[in-house]
Amino acid sequence: MKLRPALIYGLLVCVLMVSAPHALHLPLWLSALAIALLGWCAYLARHGGALPPRWLLLLITAACVAALYNTFHTVFGREVGVAMLILLAALKMLELRTRRDAMLVLFLCCFIIITNFFYSQSIATALFMLATLLIIVTVWLQLQSPSLTLQLSLRTAGVLLLQAIPLTLILFVLFPRVQGPLWGMPQDAYANSGLDDRMSPGSVSRLSLSDAVAFRVMFAAQPPRREQMYWRGPVLWQYDGVTWTAGQALRARRPQLDQLDEGIDYTVTLEPHNKNWLFTLEMPTQISVPAGLTNDFQVQGNANVTSRLRYTAHSQLGFRANAAEDPRQLQRALDFPHELNPRSQQLAAEWRARLQDDNAVVKAALSHFNRENFQYTLEPPPLGSNAVDDFLFNTRKGFCEHYASSFVILMRAAGIPSRVVTGYQGGEYNSLGNYYIVRQSDAHAWAEVWLSGRGWVRVDPTAAIAPARVQSGMAAAVTDSTALPFLARTQSPWLLKLRYNLDVWTNQWNQWVLGYNPERQFALLTRLGMEDIGWQKMAFSLIGGMALLVGVFAWFMLRRLIMRDTDPTQLIYLKFCRSLAKAGIVRAIHEGPHDFSRRAALLKPQRAAAIADITASYVELRYARQQHPDALRAFSRKVAAFKL
Amino acid sequence: MLTGLPQKFRIWLFRPHIADGPVTLTQRRIFIVPTRQGMAFAVVLLLMLMGDINYNLSLGYVLTFLLATIALMTMLYAFRNMAQLEVSAGPVTAVHAGEQARFTFTLHNGGPLPRYQLQLQAGSATTAGRASEISVDIPARQSLQVQLPVATLRRGWLRSGRVTLYTRFPLGLFYAWSYLQFDTRCLVYPKAAATQPLPASSAQDGSGTLGNIGDEDFSGLRNYVPGDPLPRIAWKAMAKEHGLQVKQFSAAQGHELWLDWDAIAAPDTETRLAVLTHWVLEADVRQLRYGLRLPGVELPPNSHAGHRNECLRTLALFGLPAES
Repeated sequence: MKLRPALIYGLLVCVLMVSAPHALHLPLWLSALAIALLGWCAYLARHGGALPPRWLLLLITAACVAALYNTFHTVFGREVGVAMLILLAALKMLELRTRRDAMLVLFLCCFIIITNFFYSQSIATALFMLATLLIIVTVWLQLQSPSLTLQLSLRTAGVLLLQAIPLTLILFVLFPRVQGPLWGMPQDAYANSGLDDRMSPGSVSRLSLSDAVAFRVMFAAQPPRREQMYWRGPVLWQYDGVTWTAGQALRARRPQLDQLDEGIDYTVTLEPHNKNWLFTLEMPTQISVPAGLTNDFQVQGNANVTSRLRYTAHSQLGFRANAAEDPRQLQRALDFPHELNPRSQQLAAEWRARLQDDNAVVKAALSHFNRENFQYTLEPPPLGSNAVDDFLFNTRKGFCEHYASSFVILMRAAGIPSRVVTGYQGGEYNSLGNYYIVRQSDAHAWAEVWLSGRGWVRVDPTAAIAPARVQSGMAAAVTDSTALPFLARTQSPWLLKLRYNLDVWTNQWNQWVLGYNPERQFALLTRLGMEDIGWQKMAFSLIGGMALLVGVFAWFMLRRLIMRDTDPTQLIYLKFCRSLAKAGIVRAIHEGPHDFSRRAALLKPQRAAAIADITASYVELRYARQQHPDALRAFSRKVAAFKL
Repeated sequence: MLTGLPQKFRIWLFRPHIADGPVTLTQRRIFIVPTRQGMAFAVVLLLMLMGDINYNLSLGYVLTFLLATIALMTMLYAFRNMAQLEVSAGPVTAVHAGEQARFTFTLHNGGPLPRYQLQLQAGSATTAGRASEISVDIPARQSLQVQLPVATLRRGWLRSGRVTLYTRFPLGLFYAWSYLQFDTRCLVYPKAAATQPLPASSAQDGSGTLGNIGDEDFSGLRNYVPGDPLPRIAWKAMAKEHGLQVKQFSAAQGHELWLDWDAIAAPDTETRLAVLTHWVLEADVRQLRYGLRLPGVELPPNSHAGHRNECLRTLALFGLPAES
């Protein structure tokens, strides 16, 4: 069987639709090759040329695998797998000989759709998936039922999809969820975005250019003030002159918090960032997922966050942290490369000589930042080898990482234990959904100093230069707002409202569709009244629900078949026939109403007139052009009155 | 299909219901199993599900379940495509062995839904010929006549045997079918063999010779009945839109011809029957009065289409056990 050109075009559209989203991340040569192969196929379909010989296709396949190896340096892994699937589909299009080949292409298309979800599972992706599925089912119908018109195929495909949605919903909710992975996943499974465990000039400001959501927060009660919203991430101890890192952690004692005040409960939905830290407000005391609290108050999960994670946490906004700190830790917090940045060291030494109190030194440094015409900017000029000196005395333009870094160096030079803390600051309130959105652009770096008797105290030097950054966000703080991401700039109210609306939808989608995991399933089913859910119960309700729904569908679909004689005239006439049949006069299959009437009249001469009258009315009502409701009613009365 | 079932159960499940009237396809007559492609699709879905679990792809679950549900729904579609169809067998025209017997079936769709891609297949096991297959669509509230050609090999009665009406509509994932067995049969005449020329007219009156055939008198036209020889059709009358008519000639009296079993030299029955068949056809074309003489059977001379059919029927069934 040779496939019709129209069918081949349909299959081409399918392959294009499922592979198009992959063009964003596949190497360019691969996209170009796939397009070329599909173009070749379209040309052959149009001009009716012979398909390329098998050896040529094998040669192309071998060349592609070699090229893939050259690009990815492996033939295993997810990216390569996706690339191979797409190439396979494109090559199969050049080998379309039978209906079976076409089916294989359609199956491949379904599979390629799923690979697209590695990269995006947004609402838009879901809608695109539905559109793709509609096209695939249409082409499938055209393949298997060639007598259907295109329009009819499209309609049937649409109806099939719509009918499938309720059943899909049941399966989605009730199908027992298993927490993956079933087998080890290659590390490339997740994109790295968000905060890193090292900080160098530019690393935070680079993040500030991203609109991507880091996490969303919903507060159980009154949210804290914006300037209290410091979402603690990695704590950095060690400086090599350019980059801050966590350094070699000591086996230190457990973290200690006292003089607690202002407790607050909240729920965080964290986007996957492929690191193990979990963001909480300073300072966290409880968290709902298994995690550990390090000596420097970082919350670290047991595994890297590779899928969206939801947790509730409790934090204390008022606290005294590690008032009795391990001396070795304090020693770590004083270390810095002494051969670098002599002017800064000199400045710190001046302050130290002048001021006795550590707190006064901190204040002096902050007021130095505040007085000496420092600028808060997203595009700071590059710094030389003595980066801190360069920044403090020459350029005086920087982003939060510059301020945090130089502040900590000044403090350490002045003999005050201090460290850099990175994380996020603030968040955007979505009034429609009553939650806060914390974006990558809210990434921030600040400092902590250890003061005797007060423990670790947060000091945000950025607040000294640009208080607006902490109080109302970046857009208000930076001088060059054009460099900011689109969403971080202030906008017209309706645009803002639209944005919030979209984010509410996205959040719901994330929570209920993408975040539907074993725990969520358990919680939902418990709330629906299913107690002590075991797999038997779940399987039972799943099968029961499916059977019920399939039954309902079957009834709706087949009802029209069973109720064939829906003509009221016919129904009344059949009643008449039944009453005759009771008297032994059965209408034969081949007998028309007139013949039957004549035979019945012969068998029951005393009712001959009535029989003839009813038959005449029936023939008139059923076969004459016009029908009047009164006539039908009269006919019905006649039949009802008919007695033998 | 369903070869995995125990033999006994299969025989019981598909026990023949020989129907002499129209058959309505009810749920007890329709069977559904997944096709090979359906099985393959199930494997694809399983792979997709494993991917979903492994990579925690919520949207992947949605896609997998959507596809699975669509596949499930097509089972209902396949059933609905067959349900409540009314099938009846029509009359069958007799053919000669080696020709195609055309069994006629009427498919009546009384419902409001059009039916697509219905395939009618003659069972290969019973007809001893190549299975033939025809695909039809039936619009809502319409009937369709389908002729199923079946190859004939031997003379005698050819039963339609078990006919399979099936569909893979809409996606080819399920195979819904119904076995139909009607009490319908086709008379297969022997194959004609022109190995021996038509004998000269018999010696009974001695006057008839073959040379006289040309001088029959044209006596008028009558309506065509199936079986009339093609050379007799009045094509001119048809061109004048008088319908299909046949030229009639006044039968040449006295040209009586006996087609005799014993006049044939061949040793075996089938060859003799083939020659006799050829003679009957030839004599009919030439409008001779002919009679047929077989061992134990004798048909007196006559010369109309009915007589010809009677002769051929006798030849077809000669020596075969009578069928009930």
